[in-house]
Amino acid sequence: MSSHTPAIQENMMVHDSTYEPGIQVYHMKLGMWVFLLSEVMFFTSLIGTYIILRFAHPDHFAAPGEVLNVPLTAFNTFFLICSSVTMVKAFAAIQKGDQKGLKLWLLATIVIGACFVGIQAIEYVALVHEGFVPAAAEYHALGRTGVEGGAVLGGPLYGATFYTMTGFHGAHVSIGVICLVFVLIRAMRGHYTHSDHRGVELIGLYWHFVDLVWIILFTIVYLI
Amino acid sequence: MTTETQTHDEHHDPPYMLIFLVLLVVTLAEVGYAFLPLAKFWLAFGLCVMAIWKAVLVALYYMHLRSEPRSLWILVAVPMPLVVILIAAVITEF
Repeated sequence: MSSHTPAIQENMMVHDSTYEPGIQVYHMKLGMWVFLLSEVMFFTSLIGTYIILRFAHPDHFAAPGEVLNVPLTAFNTFFLICSSVTMVKAFAAIQKGDQKGLKLWLLATIVIGACFVGIQAIEYVALVHEGFVPAAAEYHALGRTGVEGGAVLGGPLYGATFYTMTGFHGAHVSIGVICLVFVLIRAMRGHYTHSDHRGVELIGLYWHFVDLVWIILFTIVYLI
Repeated sequence: MTTETQTHDEHHDPPYMLIFLVLLVVTLAEVGYAFLPLAKFWLAFGLCVMAIWKAVLVALYYMHLRSEPRSLWILVAVPMPLVVILIAAVITEF
């Protein structure tokens, strides 16, 4: 105990039953970080699979913008980055004891997160309508960058990897939105205070991680 | 910043809006860069550098990793070599 800094000693007194002395964070936060790190490996395996398939079968994949709608997805990326700002603002608000700010920023995060999922659903509907489905043997695109309709722009691996990667990410965002709704309900009931707002911090970590993963996926799937 | 340190009143927020602007500008730069007439290698290299830069900014400032204890940094660093090994392994297979 005596080897800890005053801040850590104070925290140990405040969160006596939940404090993890070895790692110097409370148990739930340690658990969330371990979970997120397992998610890193999960998404890395998906990205690794995508890379190996793309190197092995380059004829199955189209150039950026030929099939996928890059401007729409760039706009969606902007949405997700905005939601990270609103989430961190919610966290900053409750750190200062600002209950109203917490609720408003949480609500904004939920709305923007739901918009992200909605735009992704619109993108899926449009792509499926054009025939870009996971099982398609050949994808004859209408063409977005001057490619004439009827040209073969990819094989089945393109759709399979695209929907797997973006679908899993979309599921994570959807789960995050649902969790945020629960956190907002708890916030409206006054469960979070200036001194104890662990729930807000934990969902914030998850939400920013989802944003971080999308930053990587957007680059790899849409731009490269 | 975190629950460990929030008990102190002298609290300073990280530059959240500045980070947001940087993320926004780099995202726009990425989209523009992706359509430049460059060799595929340099396109992929530049885009990966920008994406990793953005991811690091999110982790450091929005996930507050910058102000976390060193022990948590070690925990976070553990799977990173595995990530690099996995990606390097699949790339070098061809």
